Amino acid sequence: MTAAAEALPRRNRSAASRAWAFVRRHTITFFGVLALAYLMLPIVIVVVFSFNDPAGRYNYTWEGFTTEHWRNPFGPPFLGDAVTTSIEIAVVATVVATILGTLVALALVRYHFRGRGATNFLIFVPLTAPEIVLGASLLTLFLNFGTALGFWTIVIAHIMFCISFVVVTVRARLVGFDRHVEEAAMDLGANEYVTFMKITLPLIAPGILAGALLAFSLSIDDFVITSFNSGTTETFPLYVWSQAQRGVPPEVNVIGTMIFGIAIVLMLANVIWQYRRTPKGAA
Amino acid sequence: MGFLHRHRWLTPYLLLAPGIAFLVVFFVVPLYYLGYTSLQEGTVQVGYTFTWAWDNYREAFSTYRGQFFRSLQYAGVATVVALLISYPLTYWIAFRGGRWKNLLLLFIIAPFFVTYLIRTLAWQNILSDDGLVVGALQALGIVADDGRVLATSTAVIAGITYNFLPFMALPLYVSLEQIDKSLIEAAKDLYASSTKAFLRVTLPLSAPGVIAGTLLTFIPAAGDFINAELLGTPRQAMVGNVIQSKFLEITDYGQAAALSMILMAVILLLIAIYTRILGTERMAG
Repeated sequence: MTAAAEALPRRNRSAASRAWAFVRRHTITFFGVLALAYLMLPIVIVVVFSFNDPAGRYNYTWEGFTTEHWRNPFGPPFLGDAVTTSIEIAVVATVVATILGTLVALALVRYHFRGRGATNFLIFVPLTAPEIVLGASLLTLFLNFGTALGFWTIVIAHIMFCISFVVVTVRARLVGFDRHVEEAAMDLGANEYVTFMKITLPLIAPGILAGALLAFSLSIDDFVITSFNSGTTETFPLYVWSQAQRGVPPEVNVIGTMIFGIAIVLMLANVIWQYRRTPKGAA
Repeated sequence: MGFLHRHRWLTPYLLLAPGIAFLVVFFVVPLYYLGYTSLQEGTVQVGYTFTWAWDNYREAFSTYRGQFFRSLQYAGVATVVALLISYPLTYWIAFRGGRWKNLLLLFIIAPFFVTYLIRTLAWQNILSDDGLVVGALQALGIVADDGRVLATSTAVIAGITYNFLPFMALPLYVSLEQIDKSLIEAAKDLYASSTKAFLRVTLPLSAPGVIAGTLLTFIPAAGDFINAELLGTPRQAMVGNVIQSKFLEITDYGQAAALSMILMAVILLLIAIYTRILGTERMAG
């Protein structure tokens, strides 16, 4: 399958067998491109229909191009409030989950201690449990304690499911970390605190940022767990759900497109940042 | 710093404490309360009391058996389809991607950046009666002229497949990418055909990715209710729809909690059987 093997001269290679080899070689490429197109199709639809000028309530058929919804994306009643609420929740949940998750990741990677297996298990289970069970069980906790549902119960729910994702992301970046750099700092007279602030933290910062970005995007996107613990508070996904029966306004597509664009830009920036910080030849 | 210096063994526990405490209080304890609620009787008006009401389980299961098996069936079909799409796709990226690998991977993750509900609504648009897909299928004679795709099982399964496909593709990619290419060349040097090299070397080596991917796809798919709600009708309702409406609309907490417990138990059981059959514990990939 390597280029060298392909380039080996073969005798008696007929046109038919060459054609067959070409098909065999490129079938998978063709399939891969097709699969990517399938993955992109709904995204393209979301973007395109943000420019649609629908006749009625339903934004299904193409009626004509307009930039009206882009000029006033928060026009429909309650939409702006829902987006603001979503962002506030995501910011609080991201900050808390990133701090808690990073500390757990540090403990797991750098120390050997009793209860390690149990800790790994506790981190792993929320990642695989169905969201509906996470949401429902948290609701039963709040119901049994008579807790009023709203902004803070949503924040708690989001921190809960984001912690594990942060731990996994930060841990993945910590594993390849060269401890010698820290030892060098200590040899040069830095104490543990200075070493952490000046050496460790800057080195693991891209990992922490990646974890925080993931937490933020999970929080802003979450519908299932939120719907169980929201009370009357409305986040952006809850707004979309409430409008889905009556026809979602094109402004929702505009905001969906914005979230998508921002996420892609941040992803690319993080990838580029890491490429730049990784010395050439290092893993 | 003096205290910590004398008790260095404490450091990992101090780092763990806040995060683990949070997960215990808001993940583990709620599971206990889910079980507790599932054995309660009552209504919103008179309140709920714990009475070891096992009837909740019996009734919930006998009434909603159909939705249960439908959930497992839809999730199963969607998982298989997602595997059939993801395997060649990630194989192509891992083995032929070259320096474009990371960019191509971004395409796989991209759907995650569009809000779940919005991308499902986009499928509502695509599959709608005068949308792209129905027109094409009618022209090809696969769907009758008055036939629909939206509001059928096919639409719900298609939505589930699309929404959870990245969960399949990412672990698959990781395991395919890690395969030492020289092993495949070695098989070919020993006169294995491409097919045989794939079946005997690549496929077994990618098994951890297949296992992790199928589990990570099947589990959320079995609990999903968004696709059935937006792309189906009540006739396509899954167990998630029942749990959701019982908790949030008709406040029948006992049965709703019982259904959640059954769903969780069935999923855990399936995971146990599945990993036992495949003889591996490497679920995390």
